[in-house]
Amino acid sequence: MRTLFEKSTPCRKGMCNNLTTSKAADYLPAEMMRGSRVRLPELGELDVVRHFTRLSKRNFGVDGNFYPLGSCTMKYNPKFTENVAALPGFTRLHPLAAQLKGAGHFTQGALEVMYDMESLLCEITGMAGYTLHPMAGAHGELTGAMIIAAYHKSKGNKKTKIICPDSAHGTNPASAALAGFDVVTIESKDGIVDPEALRAALDDEVAGVMLTCPNTLGLFESHLPEIVKMIHDVDALLYYDGANMNAIMGKMRVGDAGFDVVHWNLHKTLGTPHGGGGPGSGPVGVCEKLVPFLPISRVKKLEDGRYVLDYDHPQSIGYMAPFYGNFGVMLKAYAYVLRLGGEGLTRASENAVLSANYMRKRLEDVLEIPYNRICMHEFVASAVGEKLNGVRALDIAKALLDKGHHAPTIYFPLIVKECMMMEPTETECKDTLDGFLDDLIEIVKRAETDPDSIKAAPVTLPVTRLDETKAARDMVLTDDCGCE
Amino acid sequence: MPYVPHTEEETKQMLKTVGVTSMDELFADIPPELRPKSFDLPKGLSEMEVMARMERLAARNKVDVVSFLGAGFYDHHIPAAVDALISRGEFYTAYTPYQPEASQGTLQAIFEFQTAICRLLDMDCTNASVYDGGSAIFEAMMMGVRASKKRRKLVISEALSPIYRIMLSSYTSNLNLELVTVPHKQGQTDIKGLMDAVDTDTAAVVVQNPNFFGQVNDFTKLCDHARSVKATSVVSVYPLMQSVLKTPGEMGADVAVAEAQSLGQPLSFGGPYLGIMACTKKMVRQLPGRIVGRTVDSQDRTGYVLTLQAREQHIRRQKATSNICSNQALCALRTLVHMSLLGPGGLEQTAARCMELAHFAAKRLTAIPGVEMYSEGPFCNEFALKLPVSAYDVVDALTERGYVPGFPLGRYYDGLENCLLVACTEKHTREDIGIMAEMLGGLLK
Repeated sequence: MRTLFEKSTPCRKGMCNNLTTSKAADYLPAEMMRGSRVRLPELGELDVVRHFTRLSKRNFGVDGNFYPLGSCTMKYNPKFTENVAALPGFTRLHPLAAQLKGAGHFTQGALEVMYDMESLLCEITGMAGYTLHPMAGAHGELTGAMIIAAYHKSKGNKKTKIICPDSAHGTNPASAALAGFDVVTIESKDGIVDPEALRAALDDEVAGVMLTCPNTLGLFESHLPEIVKMIHDVDALLYYDGANMNAIMGKMRVGDAGFDVVHWNLHKTLGTPHGGGGPGSGPVGVCEKLVPFLPISRVKKLEDGRYVLDYDHPQSIGYMAPFYGNFGVMLKAYAYVLRLGGEGLTRASENAVLSANYMRKRLEDVLEIPYNRICMHEFVASAVGEKLNGVRALDIAKALLDKGHHAPTIYFPLIVKECMMMEPTETECKDTLDGFLDDLIEIVKRAETDPDSIKAAPVTLPVTRLDETKAARDMVLTDDCGCE
Repeated sequence: MPYVPHTEEETKQMLKTVGVTSMDELFADIPPELRPKSFDLPKGLSEMEVMARMERLAARNKVDVVSFLGAGFYDHHIPAAVDALISRGEFYTAYTPYQPEASQGTLQAIFEFQTAICRLLDMDCTNASVYDGGSAIFEAMMMGVRASKKRRKLVISEALSPIYRIMLSSYTSNLNLELVTVPHKQGQTDIKGLMDAVDTDTAAVVVQNPNFFGQVNDFTKLCDHARSVKATSVVSVYPLMQSVLKTPGEMGADVAVAEAQSLGQPLSFGGPYLGIMACTKKMVRQLPGRIVGRTVDSQDRTGYVLTLQAREQHIRRQKATSNICSNQALCALRTLVHMSLLGPGGLEQTAARCMELAHFAAKRLTAIPGVEMYSEGPFCNEFALKLPVSAYDVVDALTERGYVPGFPLGRYYDGLENCLLVACTEKHTREDIGIMAEMLGGLLK
C-alpha cells in the first residue's frame, strides 16, 4: 500500500483553519527559521481518514482476532473504559494545575482517582504503598530496581548484584543494569527456580532477586517459601515481575507471600489496550520498609477529605515521570477494577488458568508439552519431533495467521526449543478456544503430509513472509532512505 | 461475571477435560501459607454505575477555565478525525507488531511516523517513540555515554525544562555519571558557558529550543564545538514549532528529542504523552526502542518489519541499549494522524497564530505599570514576565476568578518568585488575553 507521502500532492489543502494571516517570520529573525518547508503529506481530510482506515484493515487486534500471545495477556478491552478516559474533565486537565497554589481544588477528582487506585492495588497485592508513575512494565522494573538500590544505600549496604532466573523476561536484566547493578543469571531446574542454584549465587553482594511467578513457562514457583527465606536471610529484597499477575488475583497476594517490590502491567492484567505497542502503565508497589523510597510526588488524603500532592519524602528515589504517570491509562484500569470488584478479579484469574489448562490438555497428544502438568494462565508447547517434517514454531505461527488467529509468542522463553507460549486469557469463550485448537491440530497433522504448505504460510494476508535480513542490512527506516 | 463468557456447563466440561474436579484444584501449587490474608475489595458495579461514578469524579476537576499554563505542555486543538481513527479496534487492541504479516497497519504507520519525524527535525533515523520527553533526554544522554565509551560527564543547560532536569538527576543517580548544570542568564541559554563546560571528558550536552523560558536560540556553534571534542549534542525541541524553527538537523545536532504532546495528545493530567528521539545515521545502533524498516516479501512486495532488534532487551538482556519495551505507539499514531491532517501549511499556520497571540499578550501585559519582560530575546508562543509582586499570589488570585494567568517560575527557580511564564495557543482569543490583562492590571493597582 502506498505511503502517505506517496499520496501527497503539493499545495493540496489539509486542515488550514484560516486562523491568521500572520507568518512566523513576522516574529522571528530569519537565521532562527528553518531553511525550507517541512515535507509532510499534503492531503485532504477524507484522504487521510481513508488511508488510516485502510491501514487498520491490515492489522490483527483483539477486537477482530483471537490473540493468545503468551505473557502479553491480550484480554478483551472493555469499551466503556475508553469513554471514561475521554471525559473532558480528565482530558482537558493540565498536569501543572495540581501544583499551583489556589488551583489544587481544580484537580480533586483526578487526585482521588489516583489515591483510590493506589489503595485498590495495595489490597489486591497486599503491599503497603504504591506509585502510579511508571509508564510501562519495564519502567516499573527500573523504578523497583532503583528503590532496591536506595534501600541498601540508606542502610550503608554495599550490594552490587541482582539475580534473574534464565526464564525471566529480558527486561528484568536490562532494567537492573540501568539501575546500576551487575546481573547474575541462574539456571532453572524442572522449569522453575532451583533453590540450590539460588543458594549458590546468593552472597552478601546480592541486593535483590527478580522473580516472575508464575514464571514464563506458566509454572508456579513451588519452592517460593524457601526462596523467600533464603533471600531475606542475606538482607536481599525480592522483586515480583507482575507481567503474569493475571494468574493469581485473589489466589495469592505477593505481599503476603513475602515479596518486597512488585510492578503491574495495567495494559495486561487490568484490561487496558496495548495500542500496538503502548501506552502502558506499570505501577510499583512496595512493602512497609520501602515506602519512604517511592518516587515523588505522592498523593495524600488530608483529614478534611481533600487530596494533595506530597513531595516531602527525603529518601525518595525522586522523579520517574514528568508528572503522575500515564493518567489516561490508569483511568481505564481503575474503571475496570470497579466494574469487576474483588470477586470479578478472582474469577478472571480462575478462568484464565482454566482456559490455559484446557488448551494444554487438548494439545498434549498433538505437540510436545515440555512441562506437562497443571499450569497457571499460560503454558509452552514445543514444535519438535520427526512427525513435523521440519516444520518449525515459526511456520506454525504463520499458518495460524492464515486461519485468522494471532500466533502465540514464539521462541520465548529461550530455554525451550521451538517454543510456543500460549495464553488464552479468561475473556475468550470455549468456542473460540476450540476453533483455535482445531485449526492448530489441523496444521500439525498437515505437517505430516504437506509440510511445504505450512512453510509457505501465510498466503491470505496482505504480504507473505518478509525478508528481515534485508531490512536489517539495507536499513530503509524512512521514505527518504535507500536512495544512496 | 463481566467479560468471562463460559457457561456453567462449559466450565464443567473444561474442568473434566483438564482432569480436575474443581477450580481450586488448578491452584493446588500455591501452598496454604501463601494464600491471601485478606482480599477486601469492593463489590463489582454495573457499567452504568461505574460510568456515573467516573463522571462525578471528572466533574470534580475544574476545566472550564481560561488557562495560560504551558511550560512544555500545551492545549492545542486536536481534529476530531484523530480520535475517530485511533479508536479503530484494529489499531488500539493490537500488541507490539511481533507478527509482521498480521501487523502491516501498525508497522507501516510507524514507518510513516518515522519519516514524518525525520523530516520535521531534519534527522536521519528515529524510533517508534519512548515514554515522554524527559525519558527521551535520558536515553539520548545514554547514547552519548555509550558512543564516547568511557566519558561520564553530562552537561545540561539550566534553561532545559526543570521538570526534565529533576527526572535526569533521579535516572542517573546510580550510574556513576556527573551532571553539570550551566546556569541560565536572565532566561537565556548561556551558549558560551555551555561551550566552556563541554570538553574532552564530556559524553553529551543537552539544550532546549525554545528553552523553558520560551526563548529561541540557534545552537549551531554549540553543536560544532561538541563535535570538535567528540561529545554528543542533544537538542530538545517543541515539535509544533519545528514547522517554522531552525531544525536540530540544520544546527548539526547528533540527537534530537522532544515531548510530542503538542502534536495530537490531550493534556490528560500528564499522560499518556510520547517522547521523540531522532539521530544521525552514524548513531542509529545506539538508538533505543522499536524501529521499523522497509523490506520485501517472498513475492517482492513492499512490507514492513521491526528491525535492528539485536540492540533490544529481549535479545541482549542486560547488555541491551535500553530496557524499553512498551513505548507509546498509539500516541505516535495520534501524532502521525495529526500531522497528516494539518499538513505543513496547517502546522505553520497554527504556529504563527500561537506566536501572534503570544506577542499580542506580551505587549498587552507589559503595558501594565510594573510588569516587564523577563528576557529580551525572540520567542514563539511563550514568554516570562517579571511582576512587581509574587507570581504565586497573582496566580492564586486570578485562578479564583477562572483565569490561570501562567506558571510561577519560582516553583523551580530560586530568585524568580516574581516571574510568571505565560503560554498562548491557537485556542485563546484576543478577548481572553484582554480580560486576563485587565484582571492583572486591577490586581496590581
